[in-house]
Formats: sequence, structure tokens, C-alpha cells
Amino acid sequence: MDTEGLKLLGMGLAMGLGAIGPGIGIGYVTGKAAEAVGRNPEASGLIQTNMILGAAFAEAVAIYALVVALIIRFV
Amino acid sequence: MALHISIAAEKIGEVAGMPVTNSLLATWVVMGFLVLLAILVTRKFKKVPKYPQLMVELVVGGLYDFFSTILGHNIKKVFPLTASLFIFILVANWAGLIPGVGTVGYWERVEHVVVAQEVEEVPQESAPTFPVGSWEYWLTGKGGPTEFKLLPVLRGPTADINTTLALALITMIYVQVFGFAHVGLGYLSKFFNFKNPIFTFVGVLELISELSRIISFAFRLFGNIFAGEVLLAVMAFLFAFGLPMPFIALEIFVGVIQALVFSMLAAVFISLAAVGHQEAH
Repeated sequence: MDTEGLKLLGMGLAMGLGAIGPGIGIGYVTGKAAEAVGRNPEASGLIQTNMILGAAFAEAVAIYALVVALIIRFV
Repeated sequence: MALHISIAAEKIGEVAGMPVTNSLLATWVVMGFLVLLAILVTRKFKKVPKYPQLMVELVVGGLYDFFSTILGHNIKKVFPLTASLFIFILVANWAGLIPGVGTVGYWERVEHVVVAQEVEEVPQESAPTFPVGSWEYWLTGKGGPTEFKLLPVLRGPTADINTTLALALITMIYVQVFGFAHVGLGYLSKFFNFKNPIFTFVGVLELISELSRIISFAFRLFGNIFAGEVLLAVMAFLFAFGLPMPFIALEIFVGVIQALVFSMLAAVFISLAAVGHQEAH
């Protein structure tokens, strides 16, 4: 396999493996938030704010994977 | 293979020696639209609003209520920044979805970088399929002595890393300025604190996290919007009729969510910076 093929493989692996953790994290955050809204619907505004915040931080990890994948591909 | 995806915005011209990319041009269009809207709506305010003023008041009032839950008493100072971020990012995200943005353009000759040894390997089949100057040539870009690629005139403003990096830098610099304005020089003790080795280490971590916030701000928005454009391009490439429609609906939704996330995180970081280091513990 030549360097270009290995680069493409590395890019796919970086993004794919890097998306596992944030996927679990965002799913967990959203599931818990839905549970919390079910228990206490009056607090849904505050819960939603905190949920989006937590999901954004979990998503940041996937973004680092995306950055690495883009660097592998284009640099 | 007709699918062509460019990660960087393409240069389409120059103004006073400065390169102008298609993304920058779209940014100017979005800015012009927002400024024009603001001028037209606010020119004659009424106490009992009619349709255009009512809509704008609804949006701005909703944003004010939303951000005041995060910012508390700081809302009056910070609201112009966070609301502008939200409105600009929202319109910029949606501007990239308008049909014609990213697809209407002109053909540009691809300059092949050929290593001297590989000259013999260049296939000779790239002979003109259409004569240069004929209408098929201008329409398809096929033919002529060299290959051509489409150079879109407009590109989603937030699908360019430069736009999102600029927004991230504005936000994070404002966060630091706001911290100094509120806590005074004591704000520095958040990063440089030598009373206790643990605080020193925490300060280093805080410093790194401030830097990583710039990167994650910039790449979150860019990654989401660029990935959306690639998704739409791939779907339109697979089957152009009907298939991209649900994905366009998804991208409209993603545009709102990303604008909300960006402005909300900015609000959260600002309200965190307003709290001094000693008060936080």
C-alpha cells in the first residue's frame, strides 16, 4: 500500500474511532436530559441549556478527531 | 468522477491587492442583507408594531429572554455581542443552503503540478472533446487542452475556516476583556497563581483550555457546516431528484442548532469570566 492509501486509511480511522466516544457521550447526555424533563417538566428550559452545553463539550472531542483527520488528509 | 469538494474557499478576485474568496463575498452579501434589514425595520418604529417590526421584535425579545437566563445581570452589556453572533451565524448557515450558492460559478483551468519524470506518463487522451470557444466548452468545462473545475461564485460563509476562526477569536478576546473589566487584575490569578502548587497547575490547565476553546469554537462551526455541505453534495451526486430534500431539512435544523450552540457557549464563557477566581471556590 502506498503512502496516499495509508493516509486515507488513517484519516478514516481517526474520524471513525474518534466519533465513538462523543457519540456515546452525547447520547448519554440527551437521554439523561429527556429523563430529567420527564421527571420535572417545569425545569425543561434550564435542562435544555445544560444539555446543549454538555453535548457541545462532548462534541468538541469529535471536532479534535476531525481536525486530525483533515490534517492527515491535507497537510 | 464529477464530484469535486474543496475544503478551502477559492479565490475569485482581488480588491486592492487583497485576495477575495467566494466565502468572503458571501459574507459580505449576508452582512449587507442584515444591515439593510436592520435599517429598513428600525427606520420608523411604532409603539403598536406592524408585521416587519413585530417579527424582528419577536426574535430579539426571544433571544433576550434566552440569554438573560445564562448571563443574569450582565445581559445589558453582553447581549449585543451574543445576539449578533446568533443572528449572523444563523443567516450565514442558511445562506449556504440557498440553491445556487456553491453550484453557480465559472470554469477555471486546473493547473497540474507535474514532476519532471512523470511528464511521459501524462495520458494523451485529454485531447479536446469540444473545441475551445464553443458553447459546449463553456457549459461543461470539458475539452480544451487542460482540465477545468468549477469555481463557485458564492460559498457558505461559515463553511470557511477563516470566518469561523475570526468569530472564535472575537468571542474569546471579548471574554478576556470582560474578565479584566469585571474582576480587575485579579483575573490574572486565574492563570498565574503561585500560592499553592495545585493552583499553579490548575492555572496552566485554564490557560490551555482557553486556547483550546478557540480551536473548538472555530472547528465546531466549520466542521458541522462543511460536513453538511459535503453531505448534500454527495446526496445530490448519488441521486439528484428528491433524495437531498430530507438532508436539506436536516441542514436547516443544524444551522439553527450550531448558531444557538455558538452564541450560548459564548454567553456561558463570558459569565464564567465575570466570576472571580476566589468567588468561584
